[in-house]
Amino acid sequence: MTDTNDTRPHMPLGLAHRGYTGVIQHLSAREAGSALSDIELESRLIELGFVEGARVEILHEGLVGRDPIAVRVDSITIAVRRREAMAIIVA
Amino acid sequence: MELPLLHLALVGTPNSGKTSLFNALTGSRQKVANYPGVTVERKEGFFVTPLGRQVSLVDLPGTYSLRGRSPDEEITRDFVLGKASGEAVPDLVLCVADSTNLRLTIRLLLELKRTGRPMVLVLNMFDIAARRGITVDVERLAKELGLPVVTSIAVRKGGTADLLKLTDEISARLAAEAEANSWRALSVAELRATQREADRIIADCVSLPSRPDTWTARIDGIVLHPVGGLIVLALILFVMFQAVFAWAQPLMELLNSGFDALGELVHATLPSGLLQSFLQNGVISGVGSVIVFLPQIIIIFLFILLLEDFGYMARAAFLMDRIMGGAGLHGRAFIPLLSSFACAIPGIMATRVIDNKRDRLTTILIAPLMTCSARIPVYTLIISAFIPAKDVWGFINLQGLVMFGLYATGIASALAVSFLIKFFMLRDYAPAPFMLELPDYKMPRLKSIAIGVYTRAKMFLVRAGTTIFSMMVLIWFLASFPQPPAGATEPAIDFSLAAIIGKALEPLLAPVGFNWQIAVALIPGMAAREVAVAALGTVYAIEGGKEAAEQIGQVLATKWSLATALSMLAWYIFAPQCASTLAVIRRETGSWTWMAVTFTYMLVLAYAASLVTYNVAVALGAG
Ligand SMILES: Nc1nc2c(ncn2[C@@H]2O[C@H](COP(=O)(O)OP(=O)(O)O)[C@@H](O)[C@H]2O)c(=O)[nH]1
Ligand SMILES: [Mg+2]
Repeated sequence: MTDTNDTRPHMPLGLAHRGYTGVIQHLSAREAGSALSDIELESRLIELGFVEGARVEILHEGLVGRDPIAVRVDSITIAVRRREAMAIIVA
Repeated sequence: MELPLLHLALVGTPNSGKTSLFNALTGSRQKVANYPGVTVERKEGFFVTPLGRQVSLVDLPGTYSLRGRSPDEEITRDFVLGKASGEAVPDLVLCVADSTNLRLTIRLLLELKRTGRPMVLVLNMFDIAARRGITVDVERLAKELGLPVVTSIAVRKGGTADLLKLTDEISARLAAEAEANSWRALSVAELRATQREADRIIADCVSLPSRPDTWTARIDGIVLHPVGGLIVLALILFVMFQAVFAWAQPLMELLNSGFDALGELVHATLPSGLLQSFLQNGVISGVGSVIVFLPQIIIIFLFILLLEDFGYMARAAFLMDRIMGGAGLHGRAFIPLLSSFACAIPGIMATRVIDNKRDRLTTILIAPLMTCSARIPVYTLIISAFIPAKDVWGFINLQGLVMFGLYATGIASALAVSFLIKFFMLRDYAPAPFMLELPDYKMPRLKSIAIGVYTRAKMFLVRAGTTIFSMMVLIWFLASFPQPPAGATEPAIDFSLAAIIGKALEPLLAPVGFNWQIAVALIPGMAAREVAVAALGTVYAIEGGKEAAEQIGQVLATKWSLATALSMLAWYIFAPQCASTLAVIRRETGSWTWMAVTFTYMLVLAYAASLVTYNVAVALGAG
C-alpha cells in the first residue's frame, strides 16, 4: 500500500502498456464494456485484490491486440482482459 | 468413550494447497464421489488425530468469496453454511492460506467468520514464505483475527504436525464454540471494507521483504513472452504428443505380446470349442486390445498433471485466450480441451472451471471432437493397413502425415463448430471476462502426481474390465450364435446374429462405403471407440491367436477398398461413438437436450464427412 500519486493523470489500466506501474485510484465498472453487471465486475475485481491504493504493474501482454494482460497486484499476479481492466482507474 | 466422527472442511483460494493438505492428512484413505444433483467432485478422506479422534475431511473447491459464482463455488458456500443437502455442517473449518500471499485469503477469512462456524487459519507453504524472508507474527495474527492460527507445510513429512495437535485441542472444546450464522452476500462496499481490514491486519502482522519470486519472474519472462511463449507452448505440446506416440510404443508392444502369449496359452491348454474361442477371442484379445493403450493414457495424464502442478496451465490459458477467443472460446477452455486429447470425459468434467454457462456449454459441445486416445487404435490400424509408409517431399512420413491430418481436422472442426455456435446462437453476447490468478511456479510433487496418475489409470482399467469386457462378450456372442448348420461351407459368422444385424444396417451405410462387417463393429464401438478394432477382428473371423493388430490390418487390406478405409477414418473423426461421453455430457449440462444435440450434430458431421470422402475417393479411382 502506497500513497496515491496525485501528480500523474488518471487513466484506465486497460490502456496502459507493458512495464506500466501505478496505484489504483478507484474502480469504475461502468467504464468497462464487460459482459458482467457493474456490481458483479466490481465485486470480482475487489476479490482479486484490485482495491484503492493497491500497487499495480503490467508484467506481460498477449500477442493479439496486446491482450490479455498479466498484472502484478501487490504480491500476486492476475491475468485479465483489457476490457475488464478498463474499470481499474490508475495513476 | 467413542466420540462421534469429527467433520472438517478445507476452504481457501485456488492454489493455496488444499488438495496437498488433504493428501498429506488422509493419505490413501480417500473417497471421490459427486455432490447429489450437481456434478462437482466431492472429495472426502479420513484420518485419526494423535489423540485418537476419528476425523472426516472434505476438500472443497477453491474460491475467493462466498458469493458462489460457479457450481464449484456454490458447493463451497452451501457446505460451509450447512445447506448442502445430505451433508453434515462442518464442526471445524480449516481456512487454508498460501503464506506468501495472504491478502485474498485473509479477506475471504473475514467473510467466512460471519458464518459463525468454528475456524482455524492454516498458514500453508510456510517453507516458501520462510525462504523468501516473509515473517508472520502468528500470535498477533491469531489475536487480531480472533481465531487459532497454525502453520503448515503440506508437502513435507511431518509438516502438518501442528495442525493435527491443534485439531485435538479444539475438538475437546468444540461444542461450545459454534455461533449463529450472520453471513449474507456482501455488498461492494462491504467487500471493499473487508479487503481494507485484511490489508490492515497483514500490515500489522506480516513483514514482506517485497522480494517477489525471482524464479517465477524469470520463467514468465520467457513463457509469457507474446511470441516466445507461444513457441514454448507449441514445443510442450509437440513433446507431449511425441511422448504419447513414440515413447509409449515399446511398452505397448510389450503388453501386446503379453496378451498374445496369454491367448496362445489358453489356445494350447483348452480343448478347441466354444470355451476356448470365448476366452481367447472374446475376453483376452478384446480386453487386451484396449488395455494396450494404458501407457498412452498414463503418459498423457502425466503431462497434464505435471503442467498443472507446476503452475503452467494458467499460463497456457493466458496465452491462448485471445487466439481461442477468435473462435468464440474462453481462455480457460484450453485446459479442458487439452485434456480431451486423452479422453473427453475428464475434459468435459474440467470445464467446471469455466464460470460462464454459455462458454462452458460451447466447450462441452466441442470437446468430443478432440482426438481422444480411444481413436488411436482405430486410426493406427487403418493407416498401417492402407497408407504406404513412404516419404513425401523426402522427409515426411506419409503415415505420420495422415495421422497429423486426422488430429488437425478434429481441432479445425472443433473451432469451426464453436465459431458457428457463437455466430448463430449467441450473437449478441459480449465475451465473459477472463480473470485468473497466475500462481508462482512450484516444483511438481512426486506424490501428488503419483496419486493423480494412479486414480486415472484405475478408472481406465475399471472401464476396460467392465464396459469393454461386457461389450466384447456381447460381440463374441453375436458373432458366434446361432452356429452354422452342419455341412455349411460359408464362414460361420455368416449365419450369426451379428451378420443379421449388420446386413439390416448395410443399406443405411452403403452410401458411405461401409459393408455389413463395419456396421457390426460400429455398434459395440458405441460403448467404447477402441472396441471397434477387436470387433472387426472378431467379425472377420480371425482365429488362432492372430489377433495382433497387424493381422487384422492384413485382412482389412484385402477386404476393403481404399475409399472405404478413408471413409472409415473420416467417420471416426466425428462420430459420437462413445456412450460414456454422452452420459457425461448429460450429467454436466443437466439436460438430455444438449446430449441429443451433441449426438446429432456429430452424427450428421460423421455421415457427411464419410459420404464426401468416399465419393471423392471413388471418383479419383480409389474405389
Ligand atoms: N513448497 C510447498 N509447496 C506446496 C505446499 N502446499 C502445496 N504446495 C504446492 O502448491 C501447488 C498447489 O497446491 P494444491 O494442493 O493443488 O492447491 P489447491 O488448488 O488449493 O488444491 C502444488 O504444486 C503443491 O505441490 C507447501 O506447504 N509447501
Ligand atoms: Mg485442489
